[in-house]
Amino acid sequence: MMAYIYGLASISLLTSAIINKQKTIKALKTAWNLFVKILPLLIVTLILVSVVLYFLPDYVIAKYLGTSDVFVGVIIASVVGAISLLPGFITFPLSGLLLSQGVSYTVLAAFTTSLMMVGVVTFPLEKKYFGTKLAIVRNLVSFAIAIIVSIGIGIIYGEVF
Amino acid sequence: MQENIKKEETNKNKKPNKKPMLILIAFYTLFVAVSYIFNFDSGIKMGENFAFFAIDMIKLFPPAFILVGLFMVWVDRKTIEKYFGEKSGLMGHLAAILLACTTLYPFVVVLPMAAALSKKGARLSIVLTYLGASAICRIPMTIFEASFLGLKFSILRYVISLPLIVLSSIFIEKIVGRKYMLNNPELDS
Repeated sequence: MMAYIYGLASISLLTSAIINKQKTIKALKTAWNLFVKILPLLIVTLILVSVVLYFLPDYVIAKYLGTSDVFVGVIIASVVGAISLLPGFITFPLSGLLLSQGVSYTVLAAFTTSLMMVGVVTFPLEKKYFGTKLAIVRNLVSFAIAIIVSIGIGIIYGEVF
Repeated sequence: MQENIKKEETNKNKKPNKKPMLILIAFYTLFVAVSYIFNFDSGIKMGENFAFFAIDMIKLFPPAFILVGLFMVWVDRKTIEKYFGEKSGLMGHLAAILLACTTLYPFVVVLPMAAALSKKGARLSIVLTYLGASAICRIPMTIFEASFLGLKFSILRYVISLPLIVLSSIFIEKIVGRKYMLNNPELDS
């Protein structure tokens, strides 16, 4: 995957350079400025992630999601998903493991959707690009979506109602 | 003139904001460093977590930001307005979802890309659809998901969440106002 991104970027950059050198230099300058502007916040985000992951490592998440009550599970899963920030290559094997341990699809849908859409630790970063108001509204709405998706999945899998 | 005044104001507002960030970074660095010296477990674990994600980001950032830079320079405003602009309607949302499906990056890199789209004249609700869709329906990620939770789960998740994302994006635009981004010129993009 990383190779693909590098391939795409190099081909794009090379094509751009062949067509117009000036514009390519401008693009690189833009890229650099974007990066420098966001760097301090990015470091802060990484710090938050490292602290959150210390208190909420994957096995603790597994313990919390393993509750028997589906509704309590959905609430816990969406809150944990909102706070935590796990990369996909940990999230999905973890979800697969939980599924085999008897955690419902309903709870897993709440967990994965909230994890992907709601970002408490990335909030400062989001705020910088989209402002406080929009960032708050978007995260709240995303949280609601995570719960609706999980209920929908639960109904279809016959786990709730 | 007015713009200059506005810019100065935002600069003034920004300066004090940096301080707590720098203090946090300094404090954290000190904490982790001391933890390593005295073999304090919590600090070492946090430092390891930090390094783990930082390495990922360092690998990801050069190509990702180069692509955003090229996008800013080459893609002209008219094209974006045509596909993602005020008049693009539902097709605009569909285009945003298609663009989002091919996304390879995590949220932190999608953010500047979404901001760039907005700056180039994409409608706010469509930018929001792009943000939401890129979180939940990245195809490379979905393949991975389906292999652990089953294809049925992934398809259901798409079918239920995509309409919700489009609807909520329109709804959020109504709440904050269509001109929200223009009214907040101090935002980075």
